[in-house]
Amino acid sequence: MIKQCDNVIVQSVSRFLTPFILLFALYVIAHGHYSPGGGFQGGCILGASFILSMIAYDIAEVKRRMTEKMNTVLTGVGVLIYAGIGFICLLLGANYLDYGVLAEILPVGTAKARALGTFGIEIGVGITVMAVMVSIFLNLASGGEHEEGSVE
Amino acid sequence: MIKNAPVLIIVVPLLASLINIILGLRWRALSFPLMLAALSVSAASSFIALNTVIDSGTIHYRLGGWAPPWGIEYVIDHLSGFVAVIVSFVSLVIAVYTRKSIEREFPGKTVYFHSIFLLLVTGLLGIVVTGDIFNIYVFLEITSLASYALVAIGPDKRAPLAAFNYVIMGTIGACFYLLGVGYLYIMTGTLNIADLSRLLPGLYHSPVIQVAFAFFMVGIALKIALFPLHRWLPDAYTLAPSAVSALVASTMTKVGAYLMIRIIFTVFQPFFSIEVLPVMNLVGWVAAAAVIFGSGYAIAQTELKRMLAYILIAEVGYIVLGVSFANRTGLTGSILHILNDSFMMACLFLAVGAIAYKTKNTNIASLSHIHKTMPITMAAFVVGGISVVGIPPTAGFFSKWYLVLGAIEAGKWVFAAVLLISSLMTAIVFFRIIERVYFTAADPGHGKSARAVMDEAPLGMLVPVLVMAVGVLILGLFSGRIITTVIQFAVPSVF
Repeated sequence: MIKQCDNVIVQSVSRFLTPFILLFALYVIAHGHYSPGGGFQGGCILGASFILSMIAYDIAEVKRRMTEKMNTVLTGVGVLIYAGIGFICLLLGANYLDYGVLAEILPVGTAKARALGTFGIEIGVGITVMAVMVSIFLNLASGGEHEEGSVE
Repeated sequence: MIKNAPVLIIVVPLLASLINIILGLRWRALSFPLMLAALSVSAASSFIALNTVIDSGTIHYRLGGWAPPWGIEYVIDHLSGFVAVIVSFVSLVIAVYTRKSIEREFPGKTVYFHSIFLLLVTGLLGIVVTGDIFNIYVFLEITSLASYALVAIGPDKRAPLAAFNYVIMGTIGACFYLLGVGYLYIMTGTLNIADLSRLLPGLYHSPVIQVAFAFFMVGIALKIALFPLHRWLPDAYTLAPSAVSALVASTMTKVGAYLMIRIIFTVFQPFFSIEVLPVMNLVGWVAAAAVIFGSGYAIAQTELKRMLAYILIAEVGYIVLGVSFANRTGLTGSILHILNDSFMMACLFLAVGAIAYKTKNTNIASLSHIHKTMPITMAAFVVGGISVVGIPPTAGFFSKWYLVLGAIEAGKWVFAAVLLISSLMTAIVFFRIIERVYFTAADPGHGKSARAVMDEAPLGMLVPVLVMAVGVLILGLFSGRIITTVIQFAVPSVF
């Protein structure tokens, strides 16, 4: 059961760590196409920061900041960014997911447009993975109740 | 946009499913029209794609502009175009049906239902149009996960348990498939189907390739519930909501059968499974067992939906039996049966759903005189039933005719006998229901019920049932045309 925890050490350390976790997650997402990492890995780390706050405080506290509805919408938005970027390529006359053609609407060359297209997709993947991680944790920790928690 | 038709088949329902979650939370009323619009675009794209294939041959579509075998390509030939048209059309008709039935079964959850429904259709169409075996696995998982969710929300208390069994068996099936893909990738370094069929013949005698083939067969057999691996199907398909049963019964097993034909005859050359690793006889016996077992168990059932689930197991057996003959006639019968069975099963399951909607009771014993209150639904049910039995001019007769001819041509008289015996068994199943409904003497105590007023399901459910029933008749009349324009080119040219 996850209940309000009043251990000042746990809470302070998790407060202190959260911004670094977020920064690292953004780094992993942004460097996905140059180095090991990417949307999935970054999204997991991003989700971990929410999960840490849920463990250190409680689920209700975190849900006050990020509602369940918001989480559901983010799950959809992430994949929508992915599929939408592909669809924009279609509308511009190229094949699905052929980012090179994005150069027509971005003020950069074809090669840079490809890199930016991939980056956009990584962002989409990151958002969805984060939202799904949070939702899986919520369901497991609260036995599907999404309340404080009912599992001892 | 016509050149993009192959990708629009999949992308439009996928995008709609995601937009639906976001829009639907705010404007719930938009959710249903959005689903219908997306499935209509998808169906139109499949028709356009199939038409292009008939006119000018196979379409290759490079995703992201990358050339195969490095990039993923979508390939639409006669076989995949044909199955894509079936799946997209049948799911569109069933989507119309969901409006009334789902509104009543899960008020307040319709938005999520529509999203998962769209994802399921996306996955099914993805398996059909992609030309990459790993991509097939990804779509197979999208399909399976969506269907687990849809089965689990069934109205019955036992539905979650049935869905759990389905999850376990489905996951094992997917694992076998993935292992097969992995083995092929280790040996050839490619995942593209066209590339694999070029590279594999040199490696046919390698045990790794032969094991990979076995893994593929077991994985797909689990997914399509071929006889000894069918245990999950009756519970899952009986306890799912009626619209979902209709969708999964009419499309999922057919797409699995398509996948089996693809693996046996395209990824591997036909001579692999006939000469190098002669498994066709074994596959044939397993399929024959499925046919007899499915029909036999169907006779023993007292509940309509469960009975149809066992009929479905027999129907899967028919398709696989046709594949096992490995000749042109048998395979023509199989591919035609994919089409016919999809319509028959949709017709029967939708009709039973309509009966359940009105009477809340689908025990065969309680059906007496239901044709007085629901004459149209019962007429559609009878059309679907005689098509399963195989009485002309319904569609089922023609595919069974080709299957029997295929068995005789292959010299497998036992299988021809199996096909005929199982027709008799399904005749018992359906004529028993017809007798119970139309010819039971009226109870003397219920004189008033003889003048029962017509009380059909709402129009939104009745029209899909009728479309499917008329479809079964029309497909029967035009089956010759379908074979000459599409199916004869879908059969591998070596036969």
